[in-house]
Formats: sequence, C-alpha cells, structure tokens
Amino acid sequence: MSELILFYLSSAVAVIASLLVVTNKNAVHALLYLVVSLLALAMSFYLLGAPFAAALQIIVYAGAIMVLFVFAVMLFNISKEDIVRESQWLSWQGWIGPAALAMVLLAEIVLVIQQPAAVATNTVTLVDARAVGSLLFGPYLLAVEIASFLLLAGLVGGYHLAKSLVDSSDTKGGVDDHS
Amino acid sequence: MLDLIIEHAGLLITIALMVAVLIPIGAMLVWFERRMLGFWQQRYGPNRVGPFGILQSLADLIKILFKHDWIPPFADKPVFILAPMIGAVSVLMSFAVVPMTPNLVVSDSNIGLLFFLAMTSLAVYSVILAGWASNNKYAMLGGMRAAAQTISYEVFMGVSLLGVVILSGSFNLSEIVLAQSELWYVVPQFLGFVIFMIAGIAESHRLPFDLPEAETELCAGFHTEYSGIKFALFFLGEYLGMMLISMMITTLFLGGWMGPWLPPIVWFVIKTLLLICFFILLRAALPRPRFDQLLSFGWKWVLPLALLNLVVTAAVKLWGGF
Repeated sequence: MSELILFYLSSAVAVIASLLVVTNKNAVHALLYLVVSLLALAMSFYLLGAPFAAALQIIVYAGAIMVLFVFAVMLFNISKEDIVRESQWLSWQGWIGPAALAMVLLAEIVLVIQQPAAVATNTVTLVDARAVGSLLFGPYLLAVEIASFLLLAGLVGGYHLAKSLVDSSDTKGGVDDHS
Repeated sequence: MLDLIIEHAGLLITIALMVAVLIPIGAMLVWFERRMLGFWQQRYGPNRVGPFGILQSLADLIKILFKHDWIPPFADKPVFILAPMIGAVSVLMSFAVVPMTPNLVVSDSNIGLLFFLAMTSLAVYSVILAGWASNNKYAMLGGMRAAAQTISYEVFMGVSLLGVVILSGSFNLSEIVLAQSELWYVVPQFLGFVIFMIAGIAESHRLPFDLPEAETELCAGFHTEYSGIKFALFFLGEYLGMMLISMMITTLFLGGWMGPWLPPIVWFVIKTLLLICFFILLRAALPRPRFDQLLSFGWKWVLPLALLNLVVTAAVKLWGGF
C-alpha cells in the first residue's frame, strides 16, 4: 500500500515538474525542474522493480547530461530582458495546437487501458543489474551496437567541430606580410 | 502512516544519530585539518580555544551563525538559496549506504555503489548553480571549472570502481566488504585504488584539485558571494565529502570494518582517519595544477589507465584468476 502511495506521489511530482519545465520563463529554472522530473522518474522506476535503471537514470541523465545542459545554458548570460521576451513569446494561443494533439494521445491511452487484455498486473518483478546486462548483451546486442555507432558519430563530429584551426597566418615578431 | 513510522522507528533513530554524529565530526575536521597542516608546516595552527584549540570549530560556528546572512540583490534568489543545500544533502544521503560495521548501516541496498555514484553526480549542481546564481564573474568561472572538472572525473570514478564490482560480483557495499575477507582489493585493484582516490579528491574539490575556488585567481570561486550559514553549508559539505570519500575507499579497497582483535567500528574509524590524514597531507604537500593540466591529465592519462584496469580485470576474472 505504501509503495502505491509513494509511486503516485513521485509520478505526480514528475508530471508537475515536467509541466513547469515547459511553462517556466527562465531557462535555468526550467532545466532545474527537468532535473527534478528525472529524479521523480527514477523513483518511479525504483518502485516498479527496476533499481538498476533508476540508478542509471540519476547517474546518466540527472547527473551527467543535465549538468552539460545547465553548463551550456549558464553561459548564455540570461538577463531580465530575455525573461520578458520569453513571456511575450509564450502566449495562450500557442498552447491550443499542442493541447489538441496531446488530447488525441490521451484519448488513445484511455482506450488502450480500458481494454481488459492490457490491464497491468500488479506483480512487480525485480530487474537487477545482472538481468539488464544479459539482456543488453543477448537479444538486444544489435540495438546496443547501433546506439554506440550513433554515439561514436557524435563523438567524432564533436571532436571535428572543437578542433583548433591550423594557424595559417605566419606573422611572427610583428612582420607585416601584406606589404 | 503512524504504524509505518513505528515500524521504521529503529531506522529513523539510526538516521538521526548518523546525522547528529556526522555533522559535528565534519565540523571538527576543520579544526583537525588546520592543526595537522600546522604540524606539517612547522607552525602551531589554532591552539587557543580550549585544550589544544579543540573548541575552535565551535567558536567558528557561533561566529558564522551570528553573521549577516546576505543575499546579493543581483543574485537569482531561489537558486542562490538552493545551491548550498543540494551540496550538503547529497553528501549526507551518500552516508546511508556506507556499512560502518556489519550492523550499522542505514540502507544495505543492492545498488549501494550506484547510489553513491548517483549522489556524487548530483552534488555537482551545488557548485554549478552557486556559480551561476551569484551573477558574479569569479563565481561563474568557478562554476564552469567545477562543471568541467567534475564531469571529467566522474567518468573515471565510475570506471575505476567497476574492477571492484567485477571481482566481488555485487553493487552491495556490505557484500563487497565481505568479499575482501581473504585479500583487500587494494592489492589486485591497486590501479583502481589510485584512480578512485584521484577522482575522489577532484570530486570533493580538495586541494590540489580545488580549482573551482582557487582563491589566488578567482577570489573564492563559486562561493565568493556567500556568507553566514550558507557559506558554512558549503564548507561542511566539503569536509563531509572528504570523509565520505575516505569511508568509500576504506569500504571498497581496504576491507571496510574487517581487521583482527579490535571491534569492527574501531577498524573502520582507524582506516578512515588514516585516509583523511593522507588527504590533509596532500593539501600540505602538493601545489595546485593549472586547469588545462588537470583536464588533460584526466582524459589523457587517468581514463586510459582506468579502462586498461577494467579490461585486464575482466580478462583475468574470465580466465578464472580470482
């Protein structure tokens, strides 16, 4: 029973925090709400019987990727004017389209849940690190390899972009070679 | 709800005791460090308040509590207040999984080691957000350094621990301690031990890796604008972090509570205290590197070594070496 209360509590936190991510005017505050949302999701994972996934959720998403996001946004030097501009952009008319599309998804989910075959059973099976590992390197090996290829491509691209350019100007000792 | 509280009363008391013991010890470490630094640098250090100056931390605490708790008008107020709390809380949470004796552990979790890594990675936010929310160029530079340094060293910290996980076959810290009953992991995992120690110093921003607050170039780095109790929280977080890293090294590499004749808690305290002394000695002995030296040392030397350690350990384990 207490697990159920905890689960709904953390899910509620996740939903509210995610809403605040979208509606917040200040980019850094929005990112902090995203971190809270990820932590709440990790809690939900844990309660659903996946402690390893929960720990990885915090270490990888909340602890590493979001830090990089905060790091990048931090450098934008957000001022009061940015927040005012942001609040001008976020008018209520802008919410109509996304809300209508989300309603379609919500209706679909309600339909799916109502079908008796898809009713979730209440048995929580514990998925530990060993199980995750043997699944990743067993049936899902191909997916892991594809994901690692993608990451490698990103790595190479990042390295290429950050590489310092070869200094072609050869002006040592103040010699003016344009003359 | 009430029956739930009664059911877990023992646990709640343990948690309360842990916090009540850890925080004063963290404060005492400040005095201990200053005395030890004095000893190694052939001067006295604080020796006026009480016998051997033992009440120095109490005097500091009283002073700091009565200071004006000032929030700069240009700061981002909610984040400015939040930042020091994240640091202290995430470090205190990590102590929950450290087995100090076979029985004295708040949460003997199956993902204890991962929980420690998760809390360490969350502790970064404290420094980054403090740097950002202060809206001050020195604080900002400190926050940037902290972000780059911590993300880099977190990677090696995780990889260096995987050797221990392979040998013991568990993320549970108590089981890792028990797996060392024949041989402490510092012997087969010496490389992992050294790398974890380096990463631990970098994660807790201790000298010689305290570049986020390098006072000679950045005023005080990320906590330039902080005063009063919020500054005290940062300070406490740093010392608790040093204690936590020492306890983790003890647990993972030095056999935890195990040892002959003496009771488990005594062995645990002795090993932890020796490691803390070593950290203080490092502070007394080593100069601070340049920031780019720190990062290139990490990525070009420590990461390949950590990966090599992991691969060799896995290979030996597969061929039945242990």
